[in-house]
Amino acid sequence: MSLAHRIIPCLDTDGERVVKGVNFVNLRDAGDPAALAARYNIEGADELVVLDIAASRDHRPTFLETIRRVAAELAIPLTAGGGVANVDEGRAILRAGADKLTVNTAAIRNPRLLTALAAEFGSQAVVLAIDAKRVGDRWEAFVRGGSVPTGIDAVAWARQGVDCGAGEILITSMDKDGTRSGFDCPLTAEISRAVSVPVIASGGADTPETFLEVFREGRADAALAASIFHDSIQGLGALKRFLGEQGVSVRQTG
Amino acid sequence: MKIALVEYGAGNLPSVERALSHLGVESRRASTPEALAGCDALILPGVGHFGALMRSLGERSLVAPLREAVSRGTPLLGICLGLQAMFATSDEAPGDTGLSLFPQKVSALPQTDRLPHMGWNQLRRARPSKLLEGVPQDAYFYFAHSYAALDAGEAGVAFCDHCAPFVAVLEQGNTFATQFHPEKSGPVGAQILSNFVRQAGGKA
Repeated sequence: MSLAHRIIPCLDTDGERVVKGVNFVNLRDAGDPAALAARYNIEGADELVVLDIAASRDHRPTFLETIRRVAAELAIPLTAGGGVANVDEGRAILRAGADKLTVNTAAIRNPRLLTALAAEFGSQAVVLAIDAKRVGDRWEAFVRGGSVPTGIDAVAWARQGVDCGAGEILITSMDKDGTRSGFDCPLTAEISRAVSVPVIASGGADTPETFLEVFREGRADAALAASIFHDSIQGLGALKRFLGEQGVSVRQTG
Repeated sequence: MKIALVEYGAGNLPSVERALSHLGVESRRASTPEALAGCDALILPGVGHFGALMRSLGERSLVAPLREAVSRGTPLLGICLGLQAMFATSDEAPGDTGLSLFPQKVSALPQTDRLPHMGWNQLRRARPSKLLEGVPQDAYFYFAHSYAALDAGEAGVAFCDHCAPFVAVLEQGNTFATQFHPEKSGPVGAQILSNFVRQAGGKA
């Protein structure tokens, strides 16, 4: 008996529709979030993440409606985020039906936001999302959807974020994102060693072997992927059967 | 039958409502002592902080009515923080008193593994359980917490091991609770809710 490694499909949205792109650019439409959510709920996803990558203030009501539509399809946990800058925006996302919220840019600018969110909703509801890119011999955190460098060391930031109240880290490798060349295991392992909370690896998912690597070498607690699931390149059931056969604890779902 | 979700300004009511509605069970929300009094069964969902939950119940004058409902025999299901609220005290809020349906305390899990305990885990059954009827032995349930009851005497019917063994399912007479979230635990979670509704005399 042990905690299962989670497989998490991610819906990147423009607030309303699922979109996808490579290295955060060249976005194109990939479907209706609620329809995809319904599919993943049945196929054995352990959790779902839905992000508003546009995160414009004007669009926020649309995204909240998207969260409501997605949550209505799920009997599994839902994490949502994108542009959350204060406690009220966090509350709106949780009230719309998310169980956890992600914060990224606003937390780097003001780490006390993590403390405020954790005090209000509990650490278990606060996921610190970090977009990291290899720069020299370290990884640097980027903000605003990966467009703005911060000069901040991603591993040190993860550690500080947990000290401030984050209950989970979602680490996205910008070098790997959209490339289907495998997760960034060294980055994930560094983050995993640095913090005491669960770590979700993101960016680079491809074959079942790449998931095995990120759980073993990357020491990830969960792995997130988008297009390989959206495009039916990889089925959730087959992926979990493979991992189970390799001795990874996963929740099998029939 | 009238099933009420105790509404105290926090907690994840819509997802529990939705899970019940998928079972064909109508529920209502109860946020006043009067609303609690007329119900056949109660569900206390919970997300957040032990102290905040108890203060919210206190501000709405719901602590005594909840205890009275239980002593009258009204079935009560606590979920996650709702389970923890049934105990006397919690490490999370040392000054605050819980519903005290059980005399033991809620402890911070020792950090021997990653915390919060977040994700899907299995149960170790210690005693016969009505909530777990028809649920496969190796089923996984969704947990998200850092505090837990390590002991509930005879009421602890199933345990989970993460950092320490802790009470995952609690049953005593008409009082039921789960540390995991049945409303987030897929088909086996729906089975737990259905079992509770049937224990409460309803159909699901």
